[in-house]
Amino acid sequence: MLDSTMIELSRWQFASTAMYHFLFVPLTLGLSWILVIMESVYVMTGREIYRDMTKFWGKLFGINFALGVTTGLTMEFQFGTNWAYYSHYVGDVFGAPLAIEGLMAFFLESTFIGLFFLGWERLSKRQHLMVTFLTAVGSNFSALWILVANGWMQNPVGAEFSYETMRMEMTNFMDVVLNPVAQVKFVHTVAAGYVTASMFVLGISAWYMLKGRDLAFAKRSFSVAVGFGLASILSVILLGDESGYEVGDVQKVKLAAIEAEWHTEEPPAAFTLYGRPSNEDEETHDAIKIPWMLGLIATRSLDQEVQGLKDLMHEHEVRIRSGMIAYEYLERLRGGEDTPANRAVFEEHKDDLGYGLLLKPYIDNPAEATEAQIQLAVKDSIPEVAPLFWSFRVMVGAGVWMLLLLVLGFYFNAKRVIQEKRWLLRLFLYSIPVPWIAAETGWFVAEFGRQPWAIGEVLPTSIAASSLTVNDLMISLTGFILFYTLLFMIEMFLMFKFARLGPSSLHTGRYHHERPATSSAGMTPATAPQQQRESD
Amino acid sequence: MILDYEVLKFIWWVLVGVLFIGFAVTDGMDMGVGTLLPFLGKSDSERRVIINTVGPHWDGNQVWLITAAGAIFAAWPLVYATAFSGFYFAMLLALFALFFRPVGFDYRSKIDNRHWRNAWDWGLFIGGAVPALVFGIAFGNLLQGVPFHLDNLLRPYYTGGFFGLLNPFALLAGLVSLGMLVMHAAVWLQLRTGEPIAGRAKRMVKRAGLFTIAAFALAGLWLTLGIDGYQVSAMPALDATPNPLTKQVEIVPYAWLTNYATHPWTLLFPLLGFAGLGLAILLSQRDRAGLGLVASSLGVTGIIVTAGAAMFPFIMPSSTDPNSSLIVWDAVSSHLTLTVMFWAAMIFVPLILMYTTWTYTKMWRRVTVEEIEAQDHLAY
Repeated sequence: MLDSTMIELSRWQFASTAMYHFLFVPLTLGLSWILVIMESVYVMTGREIYRDMTKFWGKLFGINFALGVTTGLTMEFQFGTNWAYYSHYVGDVFGAPLAIEGLMAFFLESTFIGLFFLGWERLSKRQHLMVTFLTAVGSNFSALWILVANGWMQNPVGAEFSYETMRMEMTNFMDVVLNPVAQVKFVHTVAAGYVTASMFVLGISAWYMLKGRDLAFAKRSFSVAVGFGLASILSVILLGDESGYEVGDVQKVKLAAIEAEWHTEEPPAAFTLYGRPSNEDEETHDAIKIPWMLGLIATRSLDQEVQGLKDLMHEHEVRIRSGMIAYEYLERLRGGEDTPANRAVFEEHKDDLGYGLLLKPYIDNPAEATEAQIQLAVKDSIPEVAPLFWSFRVMVGAGVWMLLLLVLGFYFNAKRVIQEKRWLLRLFLYSIPVPWIAAETGWFVAEFGRQPWAIGEVLPTSIAASSLTVNDLMISLTGFILFYTLLFMIEMFLMFKFARLGPSSLHTGRYHHERPATSSAGMTPATAPQQQRESD
Repeated sequence: MILDYEVLKFIWWVLVGVLFIGFAVTDGMDMGVGTLLPFLGKSDSERRVIINTVGPHWDGNQVWLITAAGAIFAAWPLVYATAFSGFYFAMLLALFALFFRPVGFDYRSKIDNRHWRNAWDWGLFIGGAVPALVFGIAFGNLLQGVPFHLDNLLRPYYTGGFFGLLNPFALLAGLVSLGMLVMHAAVWLQLRTGEPIAGRAKRMVKRAGLFTIAAFALAGLWLTLGIDGYQVSAMPALDATPNPLTKQVEIVPYAWLTNYATHPWTLLFPLLGFAGLGLAILLSQRDRAGLGLVASSLGVTGIIVTAGAAMFPFIMPSSTDPNSSLIVWDAVSSHLTLTVMFWAAMIFVPLILMYTTWTYTKMWRRVTVEEIEAQDHLAY
């Protein structure tokens, strides 16, 4: 039996390094396309300001990208170092998208990123644009494959357990790739990344406008980002990941937990706007409900029901009992009694083997579990509800807030009066962290909501970890926290420094900090004609 | 086309080898460059020249390492699980050292401050030298066998400590690894920089090259005389459903030489190692660094394949429970997964080689101090 503190620490380490990694990923996903848009305008019109925009936002992109790569390395190592049994148990399925991610996405993205930064003088305009484009394609492909892998953790299709190899084995690769959960997640995640990058560009551009600096540069950046951002937030919200909650038990549990729905209600179910969910009492105190809303959101119908947690737990109890039989016969099969009769019984129960393994924290041989232990495992079969309930609401709130800002920003920008709406520019500036809050809470919902499973209905988190000690984990977790904090400070220092410098950091002689001190207009002679053309 | 399971098992041993060699020849070289950075670059501009020879490429090169790890996960899940968790602190040491590189390359020249840049230069040194050493040390331990066993549900247990990994033979293997990458990087710098860096690099090729040849020879001798190998004495058919608990393994003196004895043509691998390094030194000293780089790439390849071929079919022998050893035939993924991955590799590896070549062609030139100073805000 694995030490429960060690598992707890392994989870903390994975969660903190993964969430830290995802501070950098969404910006890369979205900013790469914003760079493609800016550079395309440059190549088509030949106007230098768009090249400067590509270079400047590219600099910030680079500062962010470096930490994305750094922290991504951890993810590639960590399944093996800390989740060894997981790696063995599902590597046959889970490893494939990861390896393909390397071959198809990382190589593309990383080979061209160097030329994006250093190839300006050595490539033709079109070649450089192609390099930028391929970097964007590469980073978005990597999101596709990692979400295929993650989608499989939520809803493990296209695979089957083999008692001979003692692991999950792939039965249909296309099923793994076309997993509906993975597809929905991909669209939701990349679109959220596009929103993040838009809010980033908008917030910084708004600051330049508030300061009256580099106006031509700031307005054009704002225009590009506000259109891209509005289109993206609409797809995040309209194509939100609800539709993925219909497939598989894990997703059903997650949906019920997000909504703190303990009992299955008559359809269409009510949406809980506020409440204090308690796993202890198995109910939600002080709930304020809006009739019909949940049924409409979750099932997009009036007659399909959303299953409540208690009903799901009853189903789990049945499956745990069946899983105990599966475990008993697995031991027989692997212990040398590989007879057709034993195989038949095992095959009948093997889909519930994972549920049997939920007993592992309480007893070494789940087949011999007592009634009390079974009840404990049933309690464990759903995640802690309150954190999910609240983080989901924070995510949605952040999304709605950004939708509002982007609609206003788009409207005033189209009317060419954005510069006068200082209150809105200030809101954009202060809202720079909002997309990150949405992304992190969103991932929390997805992964904490998957508990107690590492792989839904297949492998409990409690047995997925490596056979390490609490001490090992204390040392490594401390190391990660120290190193990552240091890197974060350095990154923020550079990000702030270059965002403050603005396009002056390109040393073209055309921008704010490079002007002679006497001139006070927000433009330099070089950009002035362009400014005029724009107002024509 | 459906390939036989046993053929695919073998092909995946070759493909993992190809990824390792790809990593060593490209990103291993970048690690060597990082290692040499503080020593061959005397001024800030000189160091920037050195960094910018690999600046556009190191990130793509590093993907060979990432993909090698991903491929081991997909093709040999038990090896990925056992080695990464067993070598826990060694892996984290390499990982933490690797952290210095992406930020080091990108952040170093963004601030014009001597202390800031000097700190990142040593960061790049650590990011180069430490992983190069650790990967060699890992190989050195694989050759001696690793203390681990599997239980009946195939959970791996590692029973050694961290410091046990730092035994004399493993350290020697680490030095071979570091030495060959430093030499390889020195040839590269000789080719891609002007004087005075190129001259210093040329002297380094000779020193690191001779050192590596001596260390490689010593390791070979030690392996022959002082280290027992592993031998499979009974196992199911090669195309059987993989189960690492169904075979019998014995520890036998000289067993690591069996492959070379039964297939004498494989002696070409160690020969390639020595000849490649020797030729690289000769060509470099005659200022033919371009050909020298080809020779040193072949030398690096020879050294890696020498170790791999000696151990075949073993990937990770167990010293405490030899029957738990992980081998090419029984630590692998299913037939379907190997097939899918095989075709993915067949499609993407040639594409990768094509566009990587294009990027090298586009950026090819001698990087000079004048150029760096002229492009102060563009270059790394």
